[in-house]
Amino acid sequence: MLRVEELHKSFGDFKAVKGAQLMVERGQLVAVIGPNGAGKTTLFNLITGQLQPDNGRILFNEHDISKLPPHEICRKGIARSFQIANIFPRLSVFRNVQVSVLSQQKLSNKLFHPAGQLAVEDTNRILDSVGMLDKKMDVAGSLSHGDKRTLEIAIALGNEPDLLILDEPTAGMSPEETSATMALIKRLAEERGLTILFCEHDMKVVFGVAQSIMVMQHGCTIVQGIPEEVRQNSEVQKAYLGGE
Amino acid sequence: MFSEMIRQKSFCVSAVIFVILLLAPSFLPRFYTYFLTIIFVTALLAMSLNLCVGHGMLFQFHHGVFYGVGAYTAGLLLAKTSVPWWIAFIAGSLAAALAGLLIGMFCIRLNRLYFGMLQISLGSLIWAIAFRWYSLTGGDDGIHGIPIPDFISSTTSAYYFVLIVLGICLILLYLIIKSPFGSTLQAIRDNPERCAAVGINVRRHQLTAIVIATFFGGVAGVLFVVMEGSIFPDLLFWVLSLEIFIMCLLGGWFTFAGPILGAAIIVSLRTFVGTYTEYWTLILGIILILLIFFLPEGIMGYNYIEKFRAWSKRNAAERFE
Repeated sequence: MLRVEELHKSFGDFKAVKGAQLMVERGQLVAVIGPNGAGKTTLFNLITGQLQPDNGRILFNEHDISKLPPHEICRKGIARSFQIANIFPRLSVFRNVQVSVLSQQKLSNKLFHPAGQLAVEDTNRILDSVGMLDKKMDVAGSLSHGDKRTLEIAIALGNEPDLLILDEPTAGMSPEETSATMALIKRLAEERGLTILFCEHDMKVVFGVAQSIMVMQHGCTIVQGIPEEVRQNSEVQKAYLGGE
Repeated sequence: MFSEMIRQKSFCVSAVIFVILLLAPSFLPRFYTYFLTIIFVTALLAMSLNLCVGHGMLFQFHHGVFYGVGAYTAGLLLAKTSVPWWIAFIAGSLAAALAGLLIGMFCIRLNRLYFGMLQISLGSLIWAIAFRWYSLTGGDDGIHGIPIPDFISSTTSAYYFVLIVLGICLILLYLIIKSPFGSTLQAIRDNPERCAAVGINVRRHQLTAIVIATFFGGVAGVLFVVMEGSIFPDLLFWVLSLEIFIMCLLGGWFTFAGPILGAAIIVSLRTFVGTYTEYWTLILGIILILLIFFLPEGIMGYNYIEKFRAWSKRNAAERFE
């Protein structure tokens, strides 16, 4: 479904991503792991168009999307969440999700029809599936950190994506919140048949959930494979598992 | 439910105000009828700007240009051609929207402050045309005694015409802000990056907002011609743009009706304090300083009920101790 080939990106002299490779099959739950600064977030920003790659190809359903702006990539079926809680702080929780549902249903440019009456059911259904229906009238900026991150995922779900990309969905969370979030991600993958790509720097979290793991270090891909394979790989052990 | 009640209440309040305003000319002296008309025209101008500034966070620094383009187009058509009045009025509004589209297309590529800076420079070009092209625009004298159709040429009938057009425009603006378009625009204001990531073409959406805002700015310009029967280059000067920008901030730029209040305050200051001293802007300056320190979201943006509750709770707690 998604194939990243030999991707390069530098910021000035610093090579953030050099030769990253990634394969995501339909229906898989794929994790990208690597220590802080390995280039995980940069890789995701390249895939979803926030950054333009210097070199290399990103194929989504056999189409090269590496030159497209973010909104067109989203319309091709890739939705994402961000590492910092990237929400609409002045709007209510309901409105936050509704923005992406309206965009998905191509209603964003509608004038003169009250927005309060559009896409209500779909928005409520998404809020319900992430367990935030009771907070829907709260102002998003006043939510707790964990809830903001969940809202992030809910906004991304509003686009009915084929591929959901989550950038460190558990960053800054307590152990309880982390396991709740991972359970949510797993459930979404199973219930909706979503293909999910996420990154994480905590190894323990990943091995329980992911079906395929890609390991990054210094902007390079070390290996990608099933969890067992990755655990056995001597380079990974040297670079990451043992090295910590 | 509480918000429902507030909504009903604000609807009733606006209906009552509208009825009072309908009756006003029958008991107000002629000067005050004229004075209210100025407020209405300025309020519409500030409301149109606030679609960009408050709801879109687009720093439209030179909105006055579109007011001027609307007024000049309608005024010139009425004074120099024999087209029917309603064509001149519609042409004025559309010309402003067209100018908004052209200037917006350049400005929209830049962010925040740079957007505003480029707009001031491009807008000043249009001001220079109005100022210099003597044979067409009358230069710095402008054009006076523009023939206004009879049924709206008296102070009272102009008042009613302006009031009704203002009412229609406010309803339209309200619907736009509450529509998916408006709510997406507010989402872009809060977080453009996230909006792009949910599939919204941010720049095109903002440009549409500018075109709509400049259209209503043009309507305000046309109403100015109806009210004054004259046009002059000051309508496009950046000082006026700054003034209406301040109206939005003063009244409450994240609220719907805030700019109306802002316009009423500033027009009153200019009219009443301005007769005593030409330094009335000194008072405006002091108000602005107070505003920045105490009411950063404007007069109507302040949540008085919440603050009062917090204050009375604190008092109760102190007594309890």
